[in-house]
Amino acid sequence: MTPEPLFAISTLLFCIGLVGIISRRNLFVTYISIELMLSAVNLLLATFSRLHGDSAGSVMVLLMIAVIAAEAALFLAIIIQLARSKKSIDSDEFSQLQQPRESL
Amino acid sequence: MNLLSFIVLIPFFSALVLGLIYLSDTKKDRFTLYTSIGILAPTLSMILSIMLWISMLDQDSDTIFYSKLFSWVELGDFHISVAFMADRLTTVMVTFITFVGTLIHIYAAGYMRGDESYGKFFSYFNLFMGSMLLLILASNPIIMFVGWELVGLSSYLLIGFYHKDSANIKAANKAFILNRVGDFGFVMALSILFLALEGSGYSFVSIEANIHTISTPTLSLIGILLFVGAMGKSAQIPLYVWLPDAMAGPTPVSALIHAATMVTAGVYMVARFAFLYNEIPHVGEFIAIVGAISALFAAIIATYQDDIKKILAYSTMSQLGYMFVAVGLGAYSSGIFHVFTHAFFKALLFMGAGAVIIAMHHEQNIFKMGGLKNSLRLVYVTMFIATLAISGIPPFAGFFSKDAILAAAFASEHYFIWGIGTLTAFLTALYMFRMLFIVFYNGTQPRVKLSPISKFMDRPLIILAFGSATLGLLGLGEAYGGSNIFGSFISLPDRTLHISHSSEYLLAILNTSMGVLGMWLAYRLFATNATMPTVKVAWQRIVINKFYIDELYELLFVKPLRSLSLFFERFIDRVGFDGILYISTYSYRYAGAKFAQLQNGKVRYYALYSMVGIALVSLFLLIFIGGI
Repeated sequence: MTPEPLFAISTLLFCIGLVGIISRRNLFVTYISIELMLSAVNLLLATFSRLHGDSAGSVMVLLMIAVIAAEAALFLAIIIQLARSKKSIDSDEFSQLQQPRESL
Repeated sequence: MNLLSFIVLIPFFSALVLGLIYLSDTKKDRFTLYTSIGILAPTLSMILSIMLWISMLDQDSDTIFYSKLFSWVELGDFHISVAFMADRLTTVMVTFITFVGTLIHIYAAGYMRGDESYGKFFSYFNLFMGSMLLLILASNPIIMFVGWELVGLSSYLLIGFYHKDSANIKAANKAFILNRVGDFGFVMALSILFLALEGSGYSFVSIEANIHTISTPTLSLIGILLFVGAMGKSAQIPLYVWLPDAMAGPTPVSALIHAATMVTAGVYMVARFAFLYNEIPHVGEFIAIVGAISALFAAIIATYQDDIKKILAYSTMSQLGYMFVAVGLGAYSSGIFHVFTHAFFKALLFMGAGAVIIAMHHEQNIFKMGGLKNSLRLVYVTMFIATLAISGIPPFAGFFSKDAILAAAFASEHYFIWGIGTLTAFLTALYMFRMLFIVFYNGTQPRVKLSPISKFMDRPLIILAFGSATLGLLGLGEAYGGSNIFGSFISLPDRTLHISHSSEYLLAILNTSMGVLGMWLAYRLFATNATMPTVKVAWQRIVINKFYIDELYELLFVKPLRSLSLFFERFIDRVGFDGILYISTYSYRYAGAKFAQLQNGKVRYYALYSMVGIALVSLFLLIFIGGI
């Protein structure tokens, strides 16, 4: 099996995730997009591991899946906290850190 | 360091001490303290100068005393040391400057008493003396220039002493700026001289030794530029307009400027560079012509003035013209002799005028005085002597010095200059006696009740009157059975002139009769019922308005310069330079505002930025390190 389709899928997944992060404001969609990008990277890592016949990459992928699972719990907790504070899960609502507009 | 340095250092030191005491409490009245310190300093300098003079008497005529204070600049072979030297010219100058200066200080104690800035006045006064002595005693042109500038500074401070009136400030600025014009010439001359000497020493002695290495055109340029400096300090055409305005200062200041310090600096400088001017007689002729024209010009203006101090100011300018005639024609010792006698009678005239002004409650218009002969007898007698002296009536001092100058002009066959000089002698007698008669005669009783004059003010008058009457005998020439003690003592490199005794007698008789004629005419016209000068014909209007020279300068220099500076301010500065700066600041601010918008607080944008950043770094790594 040639690795090119896997590269293409990985790139596609990553791009979908990137566009999702940038264009969507729903925090859940943002979260899903991040997961998507992580998965794309994982896929790439696993592919290279297999290609080079080195199992270290695969081990790292398994480890990352575990970490991502833990991270999901944290992420969901944060979203709940944010939703409580603003009664909204629109990411643009949380922009207190922006530079105040000043007139030129 | 020996006593020579102390002549200069004492007035500077006392100026510093007085200034510090004054600043410690400006409100407190410390008349005795200020007076004693202020008068002590010039007195000590005077005593030292007389000691210097006495020790000079039994030395050879080319003896020079040196005193080195410290090295100022040391750059390889180039040395400037703060050092003083005294030859015979210097000794004479220092002695009479400190003597007359001390008397003026004593007089000033009476004149300025009760002034709220009395301490400051004496501090400036001592500074003025010190600067002039520095100028005179300097052993190289650099130190001389330092003194020259300090004289300009202290005259500025003193002319604008009554600084609450803006007209006085304007007069002080005028004096300062016109002196700057002259100083420019002086600096240029010194620089060219330095370059032309090619590093072969820069003290007066070594310049004199190496003067032959410089070509005549360069020397002429140096000579003319030096004279431009002298024009500024010594108030010659065209840089004289500050002198009449300088009367804004207190009267003792005018006395000091006109008699002992400041205006004589130019004449002294030319005499100091006598070795240089002897190489270039054609520049000397130019100097003499400027001097003669200044003398006549000032005398004409003086005949129509009504302010007592301005009459004296123009008379100073006129007498300075004589001095420049003398030094220009190479009769240096006659020129310095006239400086010497002039110091006495001009100081006396100013002090007398100051006494009259105080007595008349600060009235300066001579037509409002009149009839003071009996009430101010001492002032009248002493001023009469001074007026006789300045008018060149024998045997008073001015006769001998002026006669020597006119004889030199005649003997060197500059009949034009001689003619102007003789005409000016007549005008001098006319305007001086006009002033004297209008102030002291012209009515029998004073028109107001006079204020008393303090003892400080009338004692110096007597001493100066004695000097004005007798000091001319020091310069008694061979023709009168004397041996010109002054001229042979000072031993300047005069150009030799030959004139027969009989023509010398004729010239003396002519000068005396000119003086007497002026005196007689003044008596006929002004001794009784003199009135303010009125305009009957056009030329009188021109003379009363001082030939419209101030207006001409206003039109020629002040207005164009002001328009030019306005142009620079409004267009070059505001539009040009400010515009360029505004463009850059505007673009920075604009760019800053644009970049600030990136920080919009939205987390998804931040994610985009980091992604873009990572992408760019990756691209960089791929292209430059990965070598795609």
